[in-house]
Amino acid sequence: MFNDEVAYYFDGSMVGLLSCVFRAFQFKELQVRLCLNDAAQHGLFSDKIEISNNEQHAERVWSALQKKLSSSSLRQFYFAYLSESLDAYQHLFNYCIYVFTSHTSVEKDYSHSSVLAIAQWTKKVGREKHRMEAFIRFKKTKDELFLSLVRPDFNVLLLIQPHFKRRYQDQRWLIYDEKRKFGLYYDLREIHEVSLEASKVDRNLKNGMSQSFQLELDEQEVLYDQLWKDYFKSVNITERQNIKLHVQYLPKRYWRYLNEKLIES
Amino acid sequence: MQEVVDLTINFYRRNYIEGLFLSSGIFKSADHTMERMLQVVKKLRLEENFNGYIHLKTIPGASPELIHEAGLYADRMSINLEMPTEIGLKTFAPEKSHQEVQKDLGLVRDRLIQLKDERQIIKHVPKYVPAGQTTQMVVGAHQESDQDVLFMADKHYKEFKLKRVYFSGYIPINTENNYLPAVGSAPPLLRENRLYQSDWLMRFYGFQVNEIVNEKFPNLDLDVDPKLSWALRHPEQFPVDLNCADYQMILRVPGIGVKSAKKIVQARRFGKIHTDLLKKLGVAYQRAKFFIRCEDSPKFQKELSSNFIRQQILTQGSSKYVQQLSPQLSLGF
Repeated sequence: MFNDEVAYYFDGSMVGLLSCVFRAFQFKELQVRLCLNDAAQHGLFSDKIEISNNEQHAERVWSALQKKLSSSSLRQFYFAYLSESLDAYQHLFNYCIYVFTSHTSVEKDYSHSSVLAIAQWTKKVGREKHRMEAFIRFKKTKDELFLSLVRPDFNVLLLIQPHFKRRYQDQRWLIYDEKRKFGLYYDLREIHEVSLEASKVDRNLKNGMSQSFQLELDEQEVLYDQLWKDYFKSVNITERQNIKLHVQYLPKRYWRYLNEKLIES
Repeated sequence: MQEVVDLTINFYRRNYIEGLFLSSGIFKSADHTMERMLQVVKKLRLEENFNGYIHLKTIPGASPELIHEAGLYADRMSINLEMPTEIGLKTFAPEKSHQEVQKDLGLVRDRLIQLKDERQIIKHVPKYVPAGQTTQMVVGAHQESDQDVLFMADKHYKEFKLKRVYFSGYIPINTENNYLPAVGSAPPLLRENRLYQSDWLMRFYGFQVNEIVNEKFPNLDLDVDPKLSWALRHPEQFPVDLNCADYQMILRVPGIGVKSAKKIVQARRFGKIHTDLLKKLGVAYQRAKFFIRCEDSPKFQKELSSNFIRQQILTQGSSKYVQQLSPQLSLGF
């Protein structure tokens, strides 16, 4: 049954994904299974085609999408892409095929599985963006840098960048994604992409306990850290405690990054 | 005062906090208190580059000049009504009155309208309370009905253009006043929840307050949510055919929320709505199925009584409040 199914192997980048779409229309291969280059699972009978990144092809597909889609749908496309999930990539691919083969606007056709899936992926990524804007905790170092190490579920650092740039214009800050191994550093003028050795900063990185930075911190850092913990305790109303709801809003995997939540051993 | 500023800005710079909620008891006089609060807010905004959110509790009776100036720096302002009924307020806080609160809410509202008009003529009009005004009232301390509470909320949404009205279930702390619920009795969380559900119905679902509570049904049903409750009282409005009903009516179907309703209206331009699509869109189908017709619904269906539907839905899910509702004693296993 799957004899004539084609499999495209690409590197998981946006350029790669759009190059796949270009190739699909070039060779009229509209039923395609996407795979990542490093994945070992090969369908037994499927044709395996490796798609190399082609900037020009990607550019053409993107500008065609810009013509076909509203800005909010383009935004959804980008958000869903940042989920880094193969399922989302497949839906984005199928979505492109659907959009380019339709003469009318189909971006709101929620009866199409890919249109719906992209809306759902967007929601998930958007939720992660929102969480990161709220869950990031900076520590102030001796040399007045506000530093934060995080591990978001999805690749949302570039999405939260404008928020933090607007919010903290007069302090140097660095937000580092320890999972994707890159960070954003704001030097009071502009934002740079940086990399560092996360395990050298956080000595508890590997053992799951609350973050513990081995850097020289600002003299008052301990004081404000403690004041915040005290505040967190004193605003709690025990009569109204609802742990289930609390964990729903603040899943435990984020706790080690929040100083008000202490995780030991 | 410097302490508040230091603490806030240091929490802010570490991203511990989104913003500041500033409230105060009155000392010396209303104006004196309000002036001190205004100083804190100005210092944060003008000297410390605080870009976070500021919610300021207006002190009732403060001078209009102070209130107007505070509006330039705060995102949101609020004054609490405290009790949903004037009688309740007189019983527990004779020095306060709804009239005074309403006067201050009106001040800010009028200013907002004035600036909105000016914005059409002048380009740069300063931002003024961009997140609007709110109020709060305590429920469960006096014998007010849900009708009292919701009509009060509705009046304030309409007359004073409030963004939100908050309901706070009373937590007993006072042992001296016999009129109040006893210390140790649980706060009315379920009632609070039902009130908020009704509040959502009024703000997002196009319900009029008297459709939710009225002389005949002055109190909300604790077993089922107010939307379902309305649907069960109005069997003549159902079933709703999702392929042709208008958006406002789809919104009224129990189990369909704002987002699903919008998606349904969008999706049906491309084809008929079937039941399996509804499940994928995120509709609570087990609840909605009693009230809708889709393309693949059977042509002839036995009409179900409201009582039957109610029983069906109640047995389906277990509410997190079941224990509070159950008249039976729990044996603990």
